[in-house]
Amino acid sequence: MSAPQTAIDVQTVSKRFRLYKEKYTSLKERILHAGRVPFEDFWALNDVEFEVRSGETLGILGRNGSGKSTLLKCIAGILQPTSGQIVVRGHLAAMLELGAGFQPELSGRDNVFLNASLLGLPRREIERRFDDIVAFAELEDFIDNQVRFYSSGMYVRLGFAVAVNVEPDVLLIDEVLAVGDERFQQKCMDRVHQFQREGRTILVVSHSADVMRQICDRVVVMEAGKVVTVAPPGEAIRAFRDCLLAGEVPVATVPAPEPDSAGTAEVVPQPERRVVINDAVARHSGPPGRSYLVPGDSFRLTLQFQVNEPLTNVAFGCELYSSNGALMFNCDSAMSEMRQIHDLTPGQYRVEFDFDQLPLLDGAFTVNARIQDAGGGVVHARLEPAATFEVVNPGQTTGTVALPLRIELSQMPEAGSATAVAG
Amino acid sequence: MKVAPTAAVGSRFPGEGRPLPSRVVSAKVSLRQRLAEIWQSRELVAFLIRKELKVRYKNSVLGFVWSFLNPALILGVYYVVFKYFLPNHVLLFAIYLFAGLLPWNLFNNSLISSAGVLVAHAGIVKKVSFAREILALAQVGTAICYFFFQSCIMVVFLVGFQVVPEWKYFPVALLALICDIVLSAALAVFLSAVNVYLRDVQHLIEVLLVALFFSPPIVYQFASVAYKLSKHHLLWIYTANPLVVIVLSFQRFIYGNVAPGDTPNPLPSYGEAWYFIVLGIVLLVAVCLFLLAMVIFGRVEGNFAEEL
Repeated sequence: MSAPQTAIDVQTVSKRFRLYKEKYTSLKERILHAGRVPFEDFWALNDVEFEVRSGETLGILGRNGSGKSTLLKCIAGILQPTSGQIVVRGHLAAMLELGAGFQPELSGRDNVFLNASLLGLPRREIERRFDDIVAFAELEDFIDNQVRFYSSGMYVRLGFAVAVNVEPDVLLIDEVLAVGDERFQQKCMDRVHQFQREGRTILVVSHSADVMRQICDRVVVMEAGKVVTVAPPGEAIRAFRDCLLAGEVPVATVPAPEPDSAGTAEVVPQPERRVVINDAVARHSGPPGRSYLVPGDSFRLTLQFQVNEPLTNVAFGCELYSSNGALMFNCDSAMSEMRQIHDLTPGQYRVEFDFDQLPLLDGAFTVNARIQDAGGGVVHARLEPAATFEVVNPGQTTGTVALPLRIELSQMPEAGSATAVAG
Repeated sequence: MKVAPTAAVGSRFPGEGRPLPSRVVSAKVSLRQRLAEIWQSRELVAFLIRKELKVRYKNSVLGFVWSFLNPALILGVYYVVFKYFLPNHVLLFAIYLFAGLLPWNLFNNSLISSAGVLVAHAGIVKKVSFAREILALAQVGTAICYFFFQSCIMVVFLVGFQVVPEWKYFPVALLALICDIVLSAALAVFLSAVNVYLRDVQHLIEVLLVALFFSPPIVYQFASVAYKLSKHHLLWIYTANPLVVIVLSFQRFIYGNVAPGDTPNPLPSYGEAWYFIVLGIVLLVAVCLFLLAMVIFGRVEGNFAEEL
């Protein structure tokens, strides 16, 4: 392909919504409240600027209310930006809602024509593709029934079938890939991949990081109407997580090589306790300054603790949780694999939990650490969380665990001739 | 805004040298672009009109027959009422009445159905990008279709009563029809946009249309108004109403041969030239109004998706 051309150019686009405290739509109310309707300006988009290259699949990632759907509507031409402009090269079709504008009284056949025509397909083309559309929606037997007798699944299937068969140069998709049963979803995904192979431009909005990773070349992360970053999926998803975390109660900062930033779960020295954890530091083996891990990095958690009175049968343990609370790993040094049980006299100690090559793929994780009795009955001290960290996968595989996988193809020797080839 | 591809879409791949049509989404869209876009969407208009025609009598036993049966029955009722219950001195009053009703119904149906059309189609307006004027224009198109159904019934009745239209005035009637359509389209586009912001319009227009129905001489005779007004030299105010001119033109064409010399003719005695000049002015004004309506529609269109 020649030098990539711009398919969609978003030039400093802003969109203002007026949020009226009360909505006056009748003439009487308008006159009564003329000129003093209380409203607040809300900038759903604020100087948004990026471009989508021709043939590229770009994702827009953001949480609810970040302006991603407004942006998509502006690009689709449904909303007009308050300022700035958007240049779209090529024929555009938007899938913002499947089957929008289906008329329940009309038959499936008539609705296909009406809907495809709304999406800008000339009549001749609709006729040519009609069979494809019906076959894709798997509605051959029902196409002449009124749409109001369709099940909701049939409805969205027909909607999707029309939208993808319009064969636009630029396709906008808004969270509609999750329709129908699993098999139909797969079919939709296949069609998206086919579009990519054909060099069409796709702009997809989702808050599913997995969808982004699977299909996008680059991802725009939006937050509060602004573009946070435009980056390859792995990096963008990490930025997106940062946005998500920033909006919530901070748990603990991402452990960076600097000792101070880790383990903010403050440990107040309590002299009356037998063991007190003073400090926790997490490190990874990546370049200094990088605030996240990549699959295969080593990860080391160092605890400093103080023993106030003699202890016997001490073991050290840790747990690793994924962000949704699933226990990924739990271990302590008393377990048979290590069999490390210590007797400690009062003093300062340091213990290290060293994960050599952490086989995690993607997500945010929490590590808890504990100092316990070898039998497990007594926990002398516990730090929860000892560290939180993120693993960001630069590749396209999805999931939580990085399993080493090799795929090999070999041709089977034909029966009988195997020895001949070998000889 | 949108530039529909004219070539076969499936046979091309993006970025293969051929310049792709580009499209700019911004707060300002020029009038020429708007008109071009409507012209490109003419097939969509046709689909929407077909949809309207299909949906209106869907699930009724007679279905599409109603499109013809309805005006026929109405004409039948008028005939019976003015023949036996409210007899007046106008010969074949049913024909006179129906000649005036034809252009009026076109105007009336266009406005009534298009005022609420954007609100009724909120689902499409909010989710699909297209020239939204089309929704209002499709309503006008539907009204035009009904106009032709009614005209068919009119022809049947003319044959039944053995009335021959005054063919000399056929071009006048044709010009009047064009005026009627452009005027209806202008108001339809304007009202549909205003109604998004001011939902009263939908209800107000129904009342206004009832009042407006009596402005042209449909149920009464032009002569009775003309007699009183011309005494004060105010007849020009009456004929300045485009609906009056349009209705008079239709009556002239259809009813012109009915009234023989000895009965008072309900029609004015204007010649062909008068009709052409006045209709020409009406058409000019209607076209200007239509363009103005398009500009206004374009100004407020950007907020439709939010307001609905």
